[in-house]
Amino acid sequence: MRYLTQKLVFFVVCLWAALTINFILPRMLPGNPALAMFAKFQGQLNPNALHALELEFGFSHQPMYLQYLTYLKNMVTLHWGLSYTYYPTPVTTIIAHSLPWTIGLVGIATLIAVLVGTTLGIYIAWRRGGFLDGTLPVTTMFLQAMPYFWTGTILLFLFAFVWHWFPLGHAYSTTVTPGWNGAFVRSVLGHAILPGITIFLGSVSGWIVGMRNNMIFTLGEDYVVFAEAKGVSPWRLMTSYAARNALLPQVTSFALAMGLIVSGSILTEEVFSYPGIGFQLTNGVLSQDLPLIQSAFLIIAVAVLVVNLIVDVLYVRLDPRVRTGGGVQ
Amino acid sequence: MSSLTTPVLELKDVSIAYDTASLPVPAVSHVNLTLERDSIVGLVGESGSGKSTLANGIMRLLKGRARLAGGQILVDGRDVYQMDAKTLRQFRWNSMAMVFQSAMTVLNPVMTVEQQMMDVFLAHRRGLSRQEARQRSLELLDMVRIARKYARSYPHELSGGMKQRIVIAIALALEPSLVIMDEPTTALDVVVQRSILTQIQELQKERHFAILFISHDFSLVAELASRVAIMYAGRLVEVTESRGLHVGSPNHHPYTEGLMRAIPRLTPEDVDIEGIPGYPPNLRELPSGCAYHPRCPYAEPVCRAIRPEPSLIEGRLVACHRYDPEKGGEFIHVS
Repeated sequence: MRYLTQKLVFFVVCLWAALTINFILPRMLPGNPALAMFAKFQGQLNPNALHALELEFGFSHQPMYLQYLTYLKNMVTLHWGLSYTYYPTPVTTIIAHSLPWTIGLVGIATLIAVLVGTTLGIYIAWRRGGFLDGTLPVTTMFLQAMPYFWTGTILLFLFAFVWHWFPLGHAYSTTVTPGWNGAFVRSVLGHAILPGITIFLGSVSGWIVGMRNNMIFTLGEDYVVFAEAKGVSPWRLMTSYAARNALLPQVTSFALAMGLIVSGSILTEEVFSYPGIGFQLTNGVLSQDLPLIQSAFLIIAVAVLVVNLIVDVLYVRLDPRVRTGGGVQ
Repeated sequence: MSSLTTPVLELKDVSIAYDTASLPVPAVSHVNLTLERDSIVGLVGESGSGKSTLANGIMRLLKGRARLAGGQILVDGRDVYQMDAKTLRQFRWNSMAMVFQSAMTVLNPVMTVEQQMMDVFLAHRRGLSRQEARQRSLELLDMVRIARKYARSYPHELSGGMKQRIVIAIALALEPSLVIMDEPTTALDVVVQRSILTQIQELQKERHFAILFISHDFSLVAELASRVAIMYAGRLVEVTESRGLHVGSPNHHPYTEGLMRAIPRLTPEDVDIEGIPGYPPNLRELPSGCAYHPRCPYAEPVCRAIRPEPSLIEGRLVACHRYDPEKGGEFIHVS
């Protein structure tokens, strides 16, 4: 329990730090969002509107500490401001519309890569020196070494442009009605396959090779040899004794990878015009949409922290040594 | 299958080699040894002399590039290297078990000790329910005098001594006729060492299994075992009753003499230790003739030229030219 409390306190402190940095950075830039907006309208706006805009964006000439407190309050109450690009849509609405696509696409593709890669890693380490052990790491590493936006472009060109097997972009076809109906679900899946494969190919090798190496190390441990000697079945030896221990470092890598899901998908989403948060972030950067950028960064920070908290909790379940606070003896 | 007269363990001309890029390196060469039922035999030697390799070889647990290069290993009269994988898996632990050197690392860190004990029963006793397996595991804890409340503990929550007791309990779970103990107390402090040894002796008296006790601690083995085999550079240089093992007793291999002198002697005035000069040989470049000759105080030209074969001297096997029976215990002088 003490462990969990520790982790929770750490979570809150990190979150506060992320929020504060997010507060300071835009204020170090010259001008303010209202001025930028004002400039965008190229003199068509009444100067009085400037003040209105400043109020609208939650930007004031109050002392910093008051601004900071207002900012914290706004963040907690989800008043994250209005996007310039999609003015006057609140940033929260844009995020609410794009984040699920990213989590759905990149999250699930990453999860599949982790599960498939880890399973293959266990298997090829168990059959060390076998055919798959000789070929799989090399071929997947070759695929992973290619820049994934390039892999994506090639896939898109061949399977969508030349052969028309898959759509060219977007999350679903405009001819279907969003909702829980078969046509929509099929359309969403069809649109997700190419970007999903791109993400899978771009990351699976790391999971295979990582798990293989952990597993080979673990297979040499005394407790695996002892378990083999005492007659435990090969399956149980591979899973409960070897893989179960080899999995622990993999969980840590998984936490790091999950944190990068939100941000790491920018190029894939760009190539496939996928309406995820990476796509919106690129739009935001191109049109200097500060509230959007700021919120996207905040979401990324929060995602990393939340996933790490979840993994910390999970780790307690997986490794009894963490539970009691005892180290490796 | 095995009668009461079949020896528990017979090593017939056993050689084990490590394959390397160039030539195979012999780790164990032409070892002959027999263990009778209900006996304790010690196997002594310096680090790197091939003791653990031999132990793993008997268990058919040689890993990596190590392989049985020759000879036969019979346990309960059955050739360990003639079994298919499934038979071997059942035979191991039912007939022969092993206590590993590293008590600290032989238990799976993410599994309770109870589960690790139950796994033995579940793997070998078909039809045993989990409940029965759990009951048997608790009885094993009783046997090594560990309170049942520790059954649900993880290895890191236990002391080194407790872990080694649990490993011993796991080894004895199926009442094997042979238990190989590879330096079972090396990683423990002296007090715990003593209590574990006492316990091993008690359990042996009670359950009558045979022990091949491997150690580099000469005095410990001499005390525990009825017979001692002394290994040097992969060969047995002497097999002897442990009774006659004390400084000054005649007709030993020079290496044994060296080992006996190396035991610290505590007298009211002084602590007296005498080492064997030099180092154990590199197995890749074994000295010619008798491998011990560069360190031997009695070395003669013949020792460099011809490897001595073991011969029976007053009930003990000694491989040394000093005791060549044809020469009446005198050195052969080659001119």
